[in-house]
Amino acid sequence: MSETTKQVHLAAHFPGVNNTTVWSDPASGSNIEFSSFAHFARTAERAKFDFLFLAEGLRLREQNDQIYDLDVVGRPDTFTVLAALAAVTDRLGLAGTINSTFNEPYEVARQFASLDHLSAGRAAWNVVTSWDAFTGENFRRAGYLAQDDRYSRAETFLRTAFELFDSWRGDEIVADRQSGTFLSDPTAGGFHHDDAHFQISGRFNVPRSPQGRPVIFQAGDSEDGREFAASSADAIFSRYSQYDEGRAFYSDIKGRLHRYGRSPEQLLILPAATFVLGDSEVDAHEKADWIRHQQVSGQTAIKFAEQLWNRDLSGYDPDGPLPDIDPDLGENTIARGRASVRMYRDPLAISKQWRELASTKNLSLREVVIEVTGRQAFVGTPDSVASTINRYVQDDVSDGFILVPHLVPGGLDDFADQVVPILQERGVFRTEYEGSTLREHLGLGKLDAHTPSAMVAS
Amino acid sequence: MMHLAVALDGAGWHPAAWRSPDARPAELLTASYWTDLVAIAQSGLLDFVTIDDSLTIQSASPRRLDDRTDQVRGRLDAVLIAARVAPTSRHIGLMPTALTTHTEPFHVSKAIATLDFVSTGRAGVQVRAGGSAAEAALFGRRPSLDREAPDFDPAAGQQQTIDRFDEAADYVEVLRRLWDSWQDDAIIRDQTSGRFIDRKRLHYIDFEGRWFSVRGPSITPRPPQGQPIVSALAHVTPAYRLAARQADVVFVTPRTEDDIAAILCEIQHETGQLARPEPPLVFADVLVFLDPDGPAAQSRKARLDELDGRELMSDSRIFAGTPAQLADELVHLIESGYDGIRLRPGALPHDLHAISSLLVPELQRRGVFREQYTAGTLRGQLGLERPANRYQTA
Repeated sequence: MSETTKQVHLAAHFPGVNNTTVWSDPASGSNIEFSSFAHFARTAERAKFDFLFLAEGLRLREQNDQIYDLDVVGRPDTFTVLAALAAVTDRLGLAGTINSTFNEPYEVARQFASLDHLSAGRAAWNVVTSWDAFTGENFRRAGYLAQDDRYSRAETFLRTAFELFDSWRGDEIVADRQSGTFLSDPTAGGFHHDDAHFQISGRFNVPRSPQGRPVIFQAGDSEDGREFAASSADAIFSRYSQYDEGRAFYSDIKGRLHRYGRSPEQLLILPAATFVLGDSEVDAHEKADWIRHQQVSGQTAIKFAEQLWNRDLSGYDPDGPLPDIDPDLGENTIARGRASVRMYRDPLAISKQWRELASTKNLSLREVVIEVTGRQAFVGTPDSVASTINRYVQDDVSDGFILVPHLVPGGLDDFADQVVPILQERGVFRTEYEGSTLREHLGLGKLDAHTPSAMVAS
Repeated sequence: MMHLAVALDGAGWHPAAWRSPDARPAELLTASYWTDLVAIAQSGLLDFVTIDDSLTIQSASPRRLDDRTDQVRGRLDAVLIAARVAPTSRHIGLMPTALTTHTEPFHVSKAIATLDFVSTGRAGVQVRAGGSAAEAALFGRRPSLDREAPDFDPAAGQQQTIDRFDEAADYVEVLRRLWDSWQDDAIIRDQTSGRFIDRKRLHYIDFEGRWFSVRGPSITPRPPQGQPIVSALAHVTPAYRLAARQADVVFVTPRTEDDIAAILCEIQHETGQLARPEPPLVFADVLVFLDPDGPAAQSRKARLDELDGRELMSDSRIFAGTPAQLADELVHLIESGYDGIRLRPGALPHDLHAISSLLVPELQRRGVFREQYTAGTLRGQLGLERPANRYQTA
């Protein structure tokens, strides 16, 4: 156990294009109009959250060779929305996923450096690698990458971006009218990078931004991904919000840091977490159950089952039993543009587990899907949810959570009004922002403006 | 009625503008600098601002990086500046530059669509084809000819120029198809069937060209204007051709009385080759130093020339004088057949203030400029209809 009380970190994920969002709810607003993003961001800032987060998807999902139409479809451009949100907030961090496959280091670095300037030091970058040819059909660089090349490219991409961020020390712009010296260094921004992935040179044209570089997030969970995060990330967007798995992940990751000369506070573990609040525990659980049923309609349940079975199951009744046939093994072709299908590494074994669950609890196909997919992380009264979140953080399940509400734009409102004040009362969550940059909110030290990012050296 | 826009870039279009007494050279990378400029432009009821951009760092030499330290170096991504100022402005159009040679049309399409959402219908984009060797080196993917190399082949250079503009035309085609790839009524939120969208109202664009292929549809729904405004600056035939094929607005640089007619003629010629019903709106660029007292404007320019060590050079006409003198020139351009003017302020914010508070009242007195904003979108401001969706069948 920690000797001192840890401070909880909280962030908000504007929910994207999966079945988390209950779009059929009358309170469900636009997922595209800027007013939705502005409301969501202002709520997060009112609640003194660390940051707002936007995910990425660069091709509309398909299933059975058709555009998937049961969930929210469509989203705006991440950089553009984050820059606009900088105008309606003052302190909230602005984080976005930008992949390293369908972009080049030079343009991503200048976009993040620009966002960091325009938000006065609030930008964060969740670095991911895509590798599917399906998404690549929308791009010049339709780059399919072998599994082995993925982290190598992501790592190199990030290191190259760091070289660009560090190509300005931060003190070059003098702008002295009298002497006529705008720049103290005629070579400011100069860089030269040459490796297997990138051969680029010139002068980076965005001077050093307030944070030096965006805060770096990483989300991968493989051995390579964990090591990459330990070496290079400021925070991990983890999927382990449950107690035991969370603690295991937390200690695994924090245990890797010393190898890179880093201390545990230099890498935050922030799992995504859903929540449901109620007036009583019973009320909250009833609401949670209702929401799960909205999220997993009969049609949606069939689609989920198809992703595991890797075949058309449209003839099956969602309120009937699971299919009695086995999943189609081999490459999953039924659903495209969806990361979750890759998690079914052993479809045969998983289908067996599903059948056992169905027979033990006497569940229909839909009820099984409701059981096995995405249960809410925190369900209860504001008081019990605050207690659980705090306990998890103090017990090193995580350093905080990235909350994913099931509605926009108002899905955070109750949490902000009811849970945050309790955490504040208990002295584990800020009542005012102490700093102005996201690095400061996260308790990350200031990067030394005059030396390259230490962790890049390898 | 004339359309009036301003082109924003750094501390202004004179390389020494940052040394003007009221310049804000240490703030060029801050949000407040840009929100202030756009507010001044909006107070003058201007149609739109363009925000310049380049991938390479600024240089006094067009094709090489230089090592000068007495001029502004460093800038921010123009699309993100436009997004940052959008929520702080209400009426004025926002038209950042996007470079077409090394970037992804899919990314830029959704970025401009999103700019249209965050500005509720005020977005445009000025496309610019790149091509310098220095720019290519930043990406390392496609070499460009080095025009200052001893073995540079002018014929190959000419072909590269034509190719880069052809590529830009393809690029705009992809932007436009992606903007139309969702019909306006694609989101149905149908409770009965459980469907969020009607997928028959989404369209693959299946663009295949020499430089890229893009499948679509966009990940972003059709923006408020349907098609945000596309513009391009043109001085040479391949650029006029690009504008004729793909732009809503073309910026041109007549410097003499002969140019005024010849440029319009060339655009009409290029447009006439196409089945296009309406030619693009033609805006003449003029770089301005504007003061109530004409000699003051001239001496201000002369002083900046002296500080920079040479006389200001520009592709566009350079004007230094009074609002009344400038109004005479602009009215002449409009009477000659131009749809609008894009002014390049010599120094910011000085000349932008003068445009909004001196020139615009002068034009209003002459009855050639609006008294208030009336349209809700940039297209509306420019008198352009919201276009039908190319994929929608009646």
